Amino acid sequence: MITVTHYIVLSAILFTLGVVGVLIRRNAIVVFMCIELMLNAVNLSFVAFAHYLHSMNGQLFVFFTMTVAAAEAAVGLAIIVAVFRNKETVNIDDINIMKW
Amino acid sequence: MEAYLFYIMAAVAVVSAVYLIFEKNPVYSILYLVMILISIAVLYLLLGAQFIAAVQIIVYAGAIMVLFLFVVMLLNLSAKEELKDALSFQKIPAIVMGIVLLSAIGIILRSKIPLGKQGEYTSAYVHDVGNTQLIGKLLFTKYLLPFEITSILLFIAAIGAIILAKRK
Repeated sequence: MITVTHYIVLSAILFTLGVVGVLIRRNAIVVFMCIELMLNAVNLSFVAFAHYLHSMNGQLFVFFTMTVAAAEAAVGLAIIVAVFRNKETVNIDDINIMKW
Repeated sequence: MEAYLFYIMAAVAVVSAVYLIFEKNPVYSILYLVMILISIAVLYLLLGAQFIAAVQIIVYAGAIMVLFLFVVMLLNLSAKEELKDALSFQKIPAIVMGIVLLSAIGIILRSKIPLGKQGEYTSAYVHDVGNTQLIGKLLFTKYLLPFEITSILLFIAAIGAIILAKRK
């Protein structure tokens, strides 16, 4: 029998892997993909709770999260392309022009 | 049957996530992320969220991942980009902190998952009316304003992406 706890634990594991990925990778695109992974982990917990609480609101929220993720991916990748044009790199250690 | 499917898909998702983090070539990372997204879509089907599962495949695995793949190929990134790592000492603490975060979440989960009051959309009712029909009805009644704001958000994102990526 699969309970809500199974889904939440899986969601927590995926979220933690996303956090570790953001911390240890230096490629801006891979960091971005790890953020997408974290978004998906949270979406999974939303749908799991919606199912076990007999509610529809979780699924609606996932729908909106996906829209925001699509907008974020478009703008973020455009920023990465613009930075690559200027600095010829996507290594986030080299992109520190805002560091004082 | 349902339990086996859950465990298989969970294992696929977690193993792919580990490979996603430690893979050197960004193109392979994207393919691992697609695998995670598809296994999560199967989990959505198990949870009776057919519409969300379809949107997950079409929008996430289809559109967003193709955008990522397109940018990686456009920028022609190679694996050697990653070799010069100025903060290599950050790796071990990051993994340790990840384990700490996971155990913190585990402790919170062990205490009690707060399940609120049950809603009206039971599995039988959703099966009767249809998942997609219910979502569509809610989107155009209760969630009409957020839905319209979403369209403005996508419009602004499209304009922003064009302006940012435009050659000066």
